[in-house]
Amino acid sequence: MALDSKIPAGVLADKWTKHKGEIPLVSPANKRLIDVIVVGTGLAGSSAAASLAEMGYNVKAFCFQDSPRRAHSIAAQGGINAAKNYQNDGDSVYRLFYDTIKGGDYRSREANVHRLAEVSRNIIDQCVAQGVPFARDYGGLLDNRSFGGVQVSRTFYAKGQTGQQLLLGAYSALNRQIAKGRVKMYARHEMQELVVVDGKARGIIAKNLVTGEFERHSAHAVLLCTGGYGNVFFLSTNAMGSNVTAAWKAHRKGAYMANPCFTQIHPTCIPVSGENQSKLTLMSESLRNDGRIWVPAQKEDAEGIRSGTLHPNDIAEEHRDYYLERRYPAFGNLVPRDVASRAAKERCDAGYGVNKTGEAVYLDFAAAIMRYGAEEAHVKGVKNASDADIKALGEKVVEAKYGNLFQMYEKITASNPYKEPMMIYPAVHYTMGGLWVDYNLMTTIPGCFALGEANFSDHGANRLGASALMQGLADGYFVAPYTVGEFLSKDIRTGTISTDSKEFEEAEKLVRERTDKFINNNGTKSVDYFHKRLGKIMWNEVGMARNEKGLKQAISDIKALREEFYANVRVLGSANGMNPELDKAGRVADLMELGELMAKDALERNESCGGHFREEYQSEEGEALRDDEKFTFVSAWEFTGVPAEANLHKEELTFENVELKTRSYK
Amino acid sequence: MDLTLKIWRQEGPQTKGEMKSYPIAGVEEDMSFLEMLDYLNEQLIDQGIEPVVFDHDCREGICGMCSLFINGEAHGPSRKITTCQLHMREFKDGDTIYIEPFRAKAFPIVKDLMVDRSAFDRIQRAGGFISVNTSGNTIDANAIPVPKEDADKAFDAATCIGCGACVATCKNSSAMLFASAKISQFSLLPQGQPEAKERVLNMVNQMDLEGFGNCTNTGACEVECPKGISLENIARMNRDYLLASLSSNK
Repeated sequence: MALDSKIPAGVLADKWTKHKGEIPLVSPANKRLIDVIVVGTGLAGSSAAASLAEMGYNVKAFCFQDSPRRAHSIAAQGGINAAKNYQNDGDSVYRLFYDTIKGGDYRSREANVHRLAEVSRNIIDQCVAQGVPFARDYGGLLDNRSFGGVQVSRTFYAKGQTGQQLLLGAYSALNRQIAKGRVKMYARHEMQELVVVDGKARGIIAKNLVTGEFERHSAHAVLLCTGGYGNVFFLSTNAMGSNVTAAWKAHRKGAYMANPCFTQIHPTCIPVSGENQSKLTLMSESLRNDGRIWVPAQKEDAEGIRSGTLHPNDIAEEHRDYYLERRYPAFGNLVPRDVASRAAKERCDAGYGVNKTGEAVYLDFAAAIMRYGAEEAHVKGVKNASDADIKALGEKVVEAKYGNLFQMYEKITASNPYKEPMMIYPAVHYTMGGLWVDYNLMTTIPGCFALGEANFSDHGANRLGASALMQGLADGYFVAPYTVGEFLSKDIRTGTISTDSKEFEEAEKLVRERTDKFINNNGTKSVDYFHKRLGKIMWNEVGMARNEKGLKQAISDIKALREEFYANVRVLGSANGMNPELDKAGRVADLMELGELMAKDALERNESCGGHFREEYQSEEGEALRDDEKFTFVSAWEFTGVPAEANLHKEELTFENVELKTRSYK
Repeated sequence: MDLTLKIWRQEGPQTKGEMKSYPIAGVEEDMSFLEMLDYLNEQLIDQGIEPVVFDHDCREGICGMCSLFINGEAHGPSRKITTCQLHMREFKDGDTIYIEPFRAKAFPIVKDLMVDRSAFDRIQRAGGFISVNTSGNTIDANAIPVPKEDADKAFDAATCIGCGACVATCKNSSAMLFASAKISQFSLLPQGQPEAKERVLNMVNQMDLEGFGNCTNTGACEVECPKGISLENIARMNRDYLLASLSSNK
């Protein structure tokens, strides 16, 4: 099948407006005859469900959590970008578009990214109208901060809980529609299979996680808003339940997976402490506004710190290596995430890492505390303030900005970041890859759409900070509700889709068989045992740095692990009733297939770009070497039965408005 | 460290539950409380015993999914954190730890330590929103200035994660801290004014219908709240409720 991205013709800045004006409308009377399923209730799912219901469609929304409010968008900390130019620092739609294309290392679609930048402004207006309490300055107007990879302040925030506030905003819009009976909400339900009838996505098999029952739900279109697949690494900043199952089932039914190897490793997470760790906690990128990242310049000092004989505060200023400021003077500590992560790994691999494991660097607020303290002293007219006074004043300012993050850090590590530098290390955070979608956000299965992190469309090979929230809400509030019209306008006479068809029958049978197999397996090892092993393979071979040999090894290791998993996994209890272990087994089974495809994708992409760093392709200074000649395309994989034998389809990327350059943050 | 865990096990909503005792060895102080339960579950699976069911998801204190009454306190002995943020360094070798579900009439037990908090969703649906369509064509965000102090207070109220610790802690199983947090958030903002009266009346009404108790100003909820939601919000809700009851046309 040839990939048609359906990018509208015309001037970049006019494409969306023109397209929106040309999408066939469905009349209000006909909308009442059309059912839409939304899977997932994060930013993309909640906002899409609310908007579609408000427009008049009958919506069914599903989430595996006990309430739609708990989707993992809630954990996003730092902020949301929008080209408002409130700070008068020269920001514009074009600049946000350009930064996103460049930040994504020229591996995303111009038209999609421009649309995202255009609607970013509406998001802020919408959210404020909904009562989202963004941070404000003393004049009562909205405040902004800076994020990595940009030189303007365009990030709107609500302390370190921006995702929470935006999601609760979308949740409130969703609640309004549930209360009106326009959305039927199914919490503690998980999609197990996509049902395709006559080549169109017409429903899902969902499992009621409380009763264990399988339910058939039909609709005229299915929207997958199911987030990313970072949990393939076992340890990530994702929630424990985040999984790829919905997207993977669609992939197995014919939806292509695009750029699955593009994974974002976030530079500022709390380092791994032990074998029993279940997840990694992010420390918001916003901290890089004020924190300076360093390691000791001398190996002896690093060794001293690791063995506990030296304290970071003992290391004199001239013996510290602020390596980001040294290597990238123009952007300093605010280089994009992929660059910052690799630089940390480079220092640690070279033997300068600082915690017990040697896999950590410092994020230091001492300078910021003194700078803010001096400012406060000046504002308050404190004359001859001592260093201690200035420090105390500065700590207050830093607390107001990042208090909840500092508290979170202290709770986890039992170390006080006001007094000693934080220790951080990169961790898996976000997946730029996902289901391939056209300009209308439709996958290669007609009627099956993918929104938010679940699709691949906007971030190329690396996502900029504060852009995930922007994309989730853009897709859900302002893009999909319109673009589904093109598909649904043909369905006004279709009538309700029956769930008694053989397609539903077969899909349900498949799900039952899978479930029974796990229950009757009588293996000896738990699901987590296998998940942890999968994570280790992924982190070591398909993580921050990849090479041909390792990737080939990963493919064969994952295959072997998968066989072992099916032969030996142990799931206790029964299929009737609540059984979280059983649910986990299904998720891990899908992650194992995905992992293999990720390795395959990384192996085929013989270049380094964004989050995808192939050791064979780097400059002498260790910077990523892109190969635009050969790889300016989206890899879209078609499932053929074995993940590593998927068929590659290429969507060539054409850049008409931006010149492809080597990304430089120096 | 070696511990004895006393854990509430209950097959389903209708069956009778009981405390069961599980010795556990080799717990590390860097483990979070939920990681300790993962560790226990791995051992139970090895022994062929069904693992303990508990709600959890983000494991960074923000989704509100984890719960647990630990040694008689919602989210355990530390303040301003959720159970997933509690670390085993708060306990010592040889301790016996009692782990129970959040208990309230309006939170029926699903299984073991997992409870049904959908009553909270229904309270939100009764009025926890501002009726604005999602067209994006509202007025420019900066056309609605909000004094910083009000915005900050609204934010503080809005940080409620809906975990239910307030209900579990309250001797009356009252959900007033939860409901008042949302009511206050909107009450403090200009955008929330047009529907303010209806909102407070409807949400309080729903709270009563769900079987939550009333507030008697004990203040335990505020102490146990992982986000430090202030009692001030309950006072604000009560004031709004009184005003609305006296002046509403309904």
